[in-house]
Amino acid sequence: MSNTHFQLDRQGRLLHFLTIEGLKRHHLIEILDTAESLRGVAERRVKKLPTLHGKTVVNLFFEASTRTRTTFELAAKRLSADVLTLNIATSSAVKGESLLDTLRNIEAMQCDMFVVRHEQSGAAEFIARHVKPHIAVLNAGDGRHAHPTQAMLDVFTIRRHKPAFEALQVAIVGDILHSRVARSLIHALGILGTPDIRVIAPRTLLPVDVEKLGVRVFDNPTIGLRGVDVIVMLRLQKERMAGALLPSEREFFQCYGLTEERLALAKPDAIVMHPGPINRGVEIDSRVADGPRSVILEQVTNGIAARMAIMSITLGNHARPTGEQI
Amino acid sequence: MRTAICGGRLIDPAHRIDTLSDVFIAEGQIVGIGRPPEGFVADRMIDARRRIVCPGLIDLCARLREPGHEHKATIASETRAAAAAGITTLVCPPDTDPVIDEPAVVELIRRRAKATGKARVLALGALTHHLGGERLAEMAALKEAGCVGISDGGYPVSNTLVLRRALEYAATFDLTVFLTPLDGQLASGIAHEGPIATRMGLPGIPAAAETGALARDLELIRDMGVRVHFGRLTCARSVELIARAQADGLAVTADVAIHQLHLTELDLAGFDSRCHVRPPLRRAQDRDALRAGLVSGVITAICSDHQPHEPDAKQAPFGDTEPGISALDTLLALSLRLADDDALPLPVVLERLTCGPARILGLDYGQLQTGAVADLCVFDPALAWQATPSMWHSHGQNSPFLGWELQGQVTHTLLAGQVVYEREGRQSF
Repeated sequence: MSNTHFQLDRQGRLLHFLTIEGLKRHHLIEILDTAESLRGVAERRVKKLPTLHGKTVVNLFFEASTRTRTTFELAAKRLSADVLTLNIATSSAVKGESLLDTLRNIEAMQCDMFVVRHEQSGAAEFIARHVKPHIAVLNAGDGRHAHPTQAMLDVFTIRRHKPAFEALQVAIVGDILHSRVARSLIHALGILGTPDIRVIAPRTLLPVDVEKLGVRVFDNPTIGLRGVDVIVMLRLQKERMAGALLPSEREFFQCYGLTEERLALAKPDAIVMHPGPINRGVEIDSRVADGPRSVILEQVTNGIAARMAIMSITLGNHARPTGEQI
Repeated sequence: MRTAICGGRLIDPAHRIDTLSDVFIAEGQIVGIGRPPEGFVADRMIDARRRIVCPGLIDLCARLREPGHEHKATIASETRAAAAAGITTLVCPPDTDPVIDEPAVVELIRRRAKATGKARVLALGALTHHLGGERLAEMAALKEAGCVGISDGGYPVSNTLVLRRALEYAATFDLTVFLTPLDGQLASGIAHEGPIATRMGLPGIPAAAETGALARDLELIRDMGVRVHFGRLTCARSVELIARAQADGLAVTADVAIHQLHLTELDLAGFDSRCHVRPPLRRAQDRDALRAGLVSGVITAICSDHQPHEPDAKQAPFGDTEPGISALDTLLALSLRLADDDALPLPVVLERLTCGPARILGLDYGQLQTGAVADLCVFDPALAWQATPSMWHSHGQNSPFLGWELQGQVTHTLLAGQVVYEREGRQSF
């Protein structure tokens, strides 16, 4: 059983959403098109669709998160699902309950979908392999491995500004080593045909053999940012200084921080993205973060539509009879 | 009890013997090969036709989990599994709980092993007190208590000064030191640092975690005259370093864990926690270099690196699981597979499982000679079997080889002349 196909049923439809790696272009396009059609819901007077009425979605957050958790909650509520959010980092895991026991207990509450965030790479797949077959599992971030819904909202945002992926130059800047956002986005851009994906970081923040993911590597942002259409800045965690990966936030900002001067190296209509939460003055200057080219808040809005799309597609595929052939 | 093993293909790598011959055993010893001694009347005859008769296997690294981790396995359960696997001598590292750093623990292990009587269990004493890497363990007392060597137990000593003194002190008592070449800080990850770990988002352990530590250790012992054995190498470059040290005349030896000869980083696909081992699975070219090191004789032993676990230890996201494979059950068949893969001639494979490890220990087990202790393994090299939980003997079933089609199965194991394992229903396949 290979991990890339584990999230698909025998007809190749998404049952879970664990990783972008191994998906086909049509999977991504279906999500993007669905998200586009759902984006209007938020502008209605009644911001709800009945799609998941009667379904129960459980947010299982083994790692702290505000933005991702709340957008998943909103997405589920706008699809009329019942939502339960469990912050397990501060509850049963501390009491020594094993992950499987936690799962069994929540499963017993008759749920239909788990949205999982966990500090360990592969945790979402582990959970998907161990839940009852009627439950869909969405990965809301596992270790350094994948954050596929973030990647979908990112490419959704890019497509709204720059629809032609096959002509795109994208730079991802910062802590690639620890970033599940970068890994998933690289896969998504690659599947959509983006010819030029660049990663820009000091070597301490680059994983070994990262170019094998299909990216070009730059140490120097002055060269790497030249002529790009999209700049994705990554969050720099404070712990990286303690781990001897960087000397200081100040030096990182001086060498890699996105300033107006560096932004001027990109195409004139380039957009600036960030998965949030941003560190002003560490990886991004406030004038850029709040400037006209920034689509950072739009990403947050789009996150709800993208997650609604993924929820309705995966649960929709679960609802069909299993023996059905196409 | 007098036993005759008749009609088998006798392979005794220690004496370069590979011939059809009979073995005659009395009083726990081999009393004749080819023809029985005068007046020998067998109480029991073992039909070894179409089978191979070789010395009982010697495993340089097997965690038996007792004392301290009896929920994973016990000396009784694992020595039974060893007997079923043709292994007659097990070397147990000191990372038990309590640590083997005082004679009472050695005595406890000896007593438990004797009570079951299925395999010879030899203990390695701790290099430092509680394996803490700070104070020396009482090595003289440990030797006196029967330890066959001294070991860091998988917890490398990071303080170079302490390590140097520990090595000097061990040399004083003519003890072989078993070291794990791994730099603790560099080895903070969980998978080989390379494209697979990058893709999977698993924190990496670079090859330099092993080769850097190994190079340091080799420099430390250069003029010390201490015998050092490096256990469970994983990197191509480590084989080169050991080869050069041996060419320079250093008394260094090395072994490799059987899983490193068959699996690579690619086997982590799907976050398969059964392949979570430490040191980690490396690249295909490392696996091939380790095989080549066995052929050239730089590496003279294959060990099981047996680490049985309870199921819960492997039922979690990859990084939260405990490393290690339950490996006794598959040691012989996976080693024979190397001969099938044409990586190694069969007598060399058996040498690395018998007299190779015996020489590292400085013991004269692992050979078939008149007067030698009658530790023997009789196996059917053609018998195909699938590794399944129902035919598993170890208490730990944490093995990525479950489900594999294997060939070669033990039919009889003799420990000091006693049949400690006999395969039942042996024609049922």
